[in-house]
Amino acid sequence: MAERCAVIGVGQTRYTTKRRDVSIAGLVREAALRALEDAGLTFKDLDAVVIGKAPDLFEGVMMPEAYLADALGAAGKPMLRVHTAGSVGGSTALVGAGLIQSGVHERVLVVGFEKQSESNATWALSTHLPFSSSLVVGAGGYFAPHIREYMRRSGAPGHVGALVAVKDRLNALKNPYAHLRIPGIDRAMVESTPMLWEPIRYLESCPSSDGACAIVLSSEQAATGTPAWVHGTAMRSEPLSRAGRDTVSPQAGKDCAADVYRQAGVTDPRRQIDVAEVYVPFSWYEPMWLENLGFAAEGEGWKVTESGATALDGDIPWNPSGGVLSSNPIGASGLIRFAEAALQVRGMAGEHQVDGARLALGHAYGGGAQFFAMWIVGREKP
Amino acid sequence: MSRVAREVAIVAFAQTRHTAHDTGLSEPELILPVIEEVKALTGQKRFGFTCSGSCDYLAGAPFSFVSALDAVGAWPPISESHVEMDGAWALYEAWVRLQHGDVDTALVYGFGKSSQGDLRAIMTLQLDPYYLAPLGLDQLSYAALQASALGAGRAELDAIARRSRADGRRNPYALDLPEELPDGYAVEPLKASDVAPITDGAAAVVLAAGDRARELCATPAWITGIAHRIEPHYLGLRDLSRSPSAADAGRAAGVGKGPVDVAELHAQFAHEEPILRRALDLPDDTVINPSGGPLAANPVMAAGLIRLGEAARRIHDGSARRTVGHAASGPCLQHNLVTVLEA
Repeated sequence: MAERCAVIGVGQTRYTTKRRDVSIAGLVREAALRALEDAGLTFKDLDAVVIGKAPDLFEGVMMPEAYLADALGAAGKPMLRVHTAGSVGGSTALVGAGLIQSGVHERVLVVGFEKQSESNATWALSTHLPFSSSLVVGAGGYFAPHIREYMRRSGAPGHVGALVAVKDRLNALKNPYAHLRIPGIDRAMVESTPMLWEPIRYLESCPSSDGACAIVLSSEQAATGTPAWVHGTAMRSEPLSRAGRDTVSPQAGKDCAADVYRQAGVTDPRRQIDVAEVYVPFSWYEPMWLENLGFAAEGEGWKVTESGATALDGDIPWNPSGGVLSSNPIGASGLIRFAEAALQVRGMAGEHQVDGARLALGHAYGGGAQFFAMWIVGREKP
Repeated sequence: MSRVAREVAIVAFAQTRHTAHDTGLSEPELILPVIEEVKALTGQKRFGFTCSGSCDYLAGAPFSFVSALDAVGAWPPISESHVEMDGAWALYEAWVRLQHGDVDTALVYGFGKSSQGDLRAIMTLQLDPYYLAPLGLDQLSYAALQASALGAGRAELDAIARRSRADGRRNPYALDLPEELPDGYAVEPLKASDVAPITDGAAAVVLAAGDRARELCATPAWITGIAHRIEPHYLGLRDLSRSPSAADAGRAAGVGKGPVDVAELHAQFAHEEPILRRALDLPDDTVINPSGGPLAANPVMAAGLIRLGEAARRIHDGSARRTVGHAASGPCLQHNLVTVLEA
């Protein structure tokens, strides 16, 4: 069966609108060097590099892993490039973990990045494939109808989205890497911002960020420092345009969660998981994913959010880092979730540390809410 | 490799009848028949893992792989991933996934329609965006730099082109390119016949582990070695006449541990064939690219996977006992993957 795998190093860049001071190579190298420093290793100690990012059109560099091989110390080694839409950061971590779990490698560097300031993300997200459904209105325009349908089904009151927007930005104030750090953030401020895509207001949306995140994964025998042990990994995909698929609570998300919970021995996620870093690019996705991931019964997710349970001092903190709502270098956003989950169980999350976190969920989704990647990491060996 | 690998074989391979022009099919329409073909060959409708390779820049749109899922029949939802690389690397990821031991089959596919844009200019965008891409070096120009560095003789390159075209004409999936080689240089010293043609196409492979492979295929092509390596990007940092990454990958895959009946090399330019041949230290009696190789059909993002599939096919049909499949990526053979297949 599969070998044990651990996260032994995490490195992040500061997330911001424009990193004018570094090239793309400089950006990814900054995160990689920090992850190596955390692990007490150098590039020489690595067997392989796995890199993930969202569409190449964001930076206008086709298959940039070719150009980034030098900056990431990959020359002479195997290098893989993953792309699974918004879930790519999570998928990249899982491909890296797979190289360890399979016994192929002992130590793997995983890097996710986006330098969105190189282009206009909304244009890059606007597809024009012939004979295909079009997302020309940007990601928010695509997801807003799904949110409205969630509100209709659940009867959720309209202010719940603003609560998430405030909660995640309050958490971001405790995270030195976070992009959006808004002093005095409160519900009135969120509700005063322009409506972008009904019911999503400006401050209920994720930013466009430059940034990179890196992790060092290792086998049990090659582990150094303070490991976070991988207890389960799962990915699931479903077609974009299948008639009858539920875009509000996609089956692929439910199946992916069931798979990763089974591997980690989780039967009651709300009680057993101490902290979750979940891909919430628009505020309403917190209550929606609370239900999809089994932390709340169907139609009850918004009540869990409203109760304050997902706040840093709640019984199940979600996105103590500030989440995607506070930092969104798209190709790294999923990996940041996975890395922050690892930081929590390593007890190294700093000011946004959840006390005594022993088991954490990292989650990412992408495409038309059709690609899912998840892992569960723990303080103890599985 | 830190432990003995689980036995995994290529048990089915299918490819489109590649074309030199856009036939009006969308990517999902291109893929659907080859996915259906490998499903029929193996009698499998579902697979433990699915992985694909493609490139957004060929379609000129982000997320071009997303609609491909419609062709796979990903319902109920499937365990699936995608590499922005040739499908050969999707096969590598699937092979790794099968090493976990919890799933026994994997579907791999790759596709590309290079007819839709100006491939030579698009490939320029693969270069370092600060120092190389602004120079405007297109794919033919940097390949020509490599051909110059190698100093390959015209007679040798012409012989490779003639042999590839002749083999391609016998291969129903490859293009029918004329026997007579066109005059004139594409970019000196490369002639047009040294350059892989613009091609649209797709391919699919099924991998299976252990006894499952024996159930699904009478003559599985066992993967006894698979490895890949990348080298520095900057052309000036490399001796372009050699391919150390192909040599390293070949050693790691164990190419030299036995005879090689057939080698399918992802040489997109005629001069790459002698470079790869030397890097992999292939014996003189090894038959190179009996399918015609990329010089007879080069559907970008599938062509590497097709090399692995063609190498497997020789074992499936009993005409070879030990074959090598190779895939390349990046400018001037920057990244190489080598697979050894055995009966």
